[in-house]
Amino acid sequence: MAAAAHGARDVAIVAFGQSDHRRSTDELSEVELLMPVLHEVLAATGLKTGDIGFTCSGSSDYLAGRAFSFTMALDGVGAWPPISESHVEMDGAWALYEAWVKLQTGECDTALVYSYGKSSPGSVRDVLTRQLDPYYVAPLWPDSVALAALQARALIDAGDTDERALAGVATRSRTAARTNPHAQLRGSVPHGGYVVHPLRTGDCPPIGDGAAAVVLAAGERARELCGRPAWIRGIDHRIEPHSLGVRDLTDSVSTRLAAERAGAFERPVDTAELHAPFTSQEVVLRKALRLGDQVTVNPSGGALAANPVMAAGLIRLGEAAARIHRGASERALAHATSGPCLQQNLVAVLEGDPR
Amino acid sequence: MSGASASTRVAKEPVAVVGIGQTKHVAARRDVSIAGLVREAAHRALRDAELTWADIDAVVIGKAPDFFEGVMMPELYLADALGAVGKPMLRVHTAGSVGGSTALVAANLVAGRVHGTVLTLAFEKQSESNAMWGLSLPVPFQQPLLAGAGGFFAPHIRAYMRRTGAPDTIGSLVAYKDRRNALKNPYAHLHEHDITLEKVQSAPMLWDPVRYSETCPSSDGACAMVLTDRAGAARAPRPPAWMHGGAMRSEPTMFAGKDFVSPRAGKDCAADVYRQAGIADPRREIDAVEMYVPFSWYEPMWLENLGFAAEGEGWKLTESGVTELDGDLPVNMSGGVLSTNPIGASGMIRFAEAALQVRGQAGEHQVAGTRKALGHAYGGGSQFFSMWLVGAEPPTT
Repeated sequence: MAAAAHGARDVAIVAFGQSDHRRSTDELSEVELLMPVLHEVLAATGLKTGDIGFTCSGSSDYLAGRAFSFTMALDGVGAWPPISESHVEMDGAWALYEAWVKLQTGECDTALVYSYGKSSPGSVRDVLTRQLDPYYVAPLWPDSVALAALQARALIDAGDTDERALAGVATRSRTAARTNPHAQLRGSVPHGGYVVHPLRTGDCPPIGDGAAAVVLAAGERARELCGRPAWIRGIDHRIEPHSLGVRDLTDSVSTRLAAERAGAFERPVDTAELHAPFTSQEVVLRKALRLGDQVTVNPSGGALAANPVMAAGLIRLGEAAARIHRGASERALAHATSGPCLQQNLVAVLEGDPR
Repeated sequence: MSGASASTRVAKEPVAVVGIGQTKHVAARRDVSIAGLVREAAHRALRDAELTWADIDAVVIGKAPDFFEGVMMPELYLADALGAVGKPMLRVHTAGSVGGSTALVAANLVAGRVHGTVLTLAFEKQSESNAMWGLSLPVPFQQPLLAGAGGFFAPHIRAYMRRTGAPDTIGSLVAYKDRRNALKNPYAHLHEHDITLEKVQSAPMLWDPVRYSETCPSSDGACAMVLTDRAGAARAPRPPAWMHGGAMRSEPTMFAGKDFVSPRAGKDCAADVYRQAGIADPRREIDAVEMYVPFSWYEPMWLENLGFAAEGEGWKLTESGVTELDGDLPVNMSGGVLSTNPIGASGMIRFAEAALQVRGQAGEHQVAGTRKALGHAYGGGSQFFSMWLVGAEPPTT
């Protein structure tokens, strides 16, 4: 009988680090962006590279503009003597999932997970069109803002939200980010004009570069490495059809299914870190996850405050865990997304030990 | 579920291969889209396992750099074609070793009891783009004359020749063997019916000492496997292949002291697999090997790296015919990467061919009585390794 999303072994996030996310980091390579973050999580746990049982990362060659871009990052990690290591061409949240699975096999007790993305060298809005069906959709170059606008329009037409409510999401997120020193957009940000109707500048995420890392540990090892581990009570991810024409863009059935599998609906959460790059996507996710007003959503400011592509999902897991680490949350939900209009979604439920 | 009680390690669930499917690998599959290509392999694996899409709990897909087709994170677009809608889908990318790594990530889902039955698939549709230039990094990342993978690996082959004193002809023997093996494999890309050793040895020099005849082709192709747990294996219509050990190891691309000829990550990876499988003497206990040999000389090099021959002795196994199909330790019975190279899938094809052998399902290139077989893949600058050892019997531990 498969233990599915809960895992036979208890695994926790025991450390989290992230860069200061910035519009451009011309002076830094991906490795230079990543190294301080890796050092931060290793220092927090007192671990050295050689102590880590498994290493897994997430990144995209298309952002870096070169094949095998992740190999340079590995050189920075210091994989000598050779390490047990893997890489996903996905957001780091899925690298964390692969590491969690590895810990479930019992082959190791600790894992290092990292991801990074530099959006600044190119036009990320156009780069992301290369994710679309290469025969029927990609040749039309529908960019990521245009597709999100299509989703926002569907939501407004369905009566799920309006432009004022979307502006409210933007304001709340960037106000929350005032206390997040890593965020790129903080405090009062003008909502601006339409980028693609009905989405205004303020409804869209900032474009920027960043990196993040977490350390996972199993069982007693987690307690040795962290005062208050953020236990992963459940984690699951699901994907939907690629074609927007066969999906209900006002709902996220894959998010709801992943949340069910992860046990998110068994008890209320006090915090939710949602990977919603566009204000309208928070509306979809709140609905799918049945989050009420009593839940603190995106206290970090979320992807509207900093959206380093390929790392922003892992950062949601890290931010949720960090709140548990410092006692600001007992039970938190973390969400990551990938693909156009929330095609693929991951949900994890994190808990601290009862106090 | 408390942290303390659940921290106890439980034995891993045994992993069985119950379905294997490949496409006929060719230079250009212009008749199908990328989705059509992967679906063909997946469908064949399901048919082999006598399962349907509904029996699959999760999909793990792998391929080499996205630039090879010009599609960023193509798994998003392939979700429908692979029946992944409503299921978990993971995309692995560990350079040339990716086909093997992808199978291992899928195997972990079963071993860790996260899922019961998993579809894993790897592909490359090289005809959509040009892999050699996709691999050739622009200045300032790399010096401008290092065109393609051959330019990177040729100096390391030359180092092996100098180090061991191997005769110049060894590489051609490997190519001649693998291309003849491919004639017995209906899925192999190259079927050179009129091949002779003289033709191999007189082919144009490409990257000295690698001749055109000693390098891998560019292929379109996909390979899929259905992996399942003990219960799934009990229901399987055909004999399963059982996983006895699997491991990945990585080391940096370059650093002072790196041994490009016999990288430590490869040695460590093999040692881990042998430890899990209880193999003390690989040369005697392993019956057949599918290893990743994109350039002929890598056969003797990997024979040493994987512990089948002492250092400096690998070429002697090749020269004396030990690695022939009817030899004492057959290597690349399928024809290997030298005959078929859809890059992202090449590692998984090695893993799948090893499984076919212990299942007794390899057809004309079957080695009679194979009980244990090794599948091997490597990638990057001889830095990423993934391997598994499969057996005809379930693991005892």
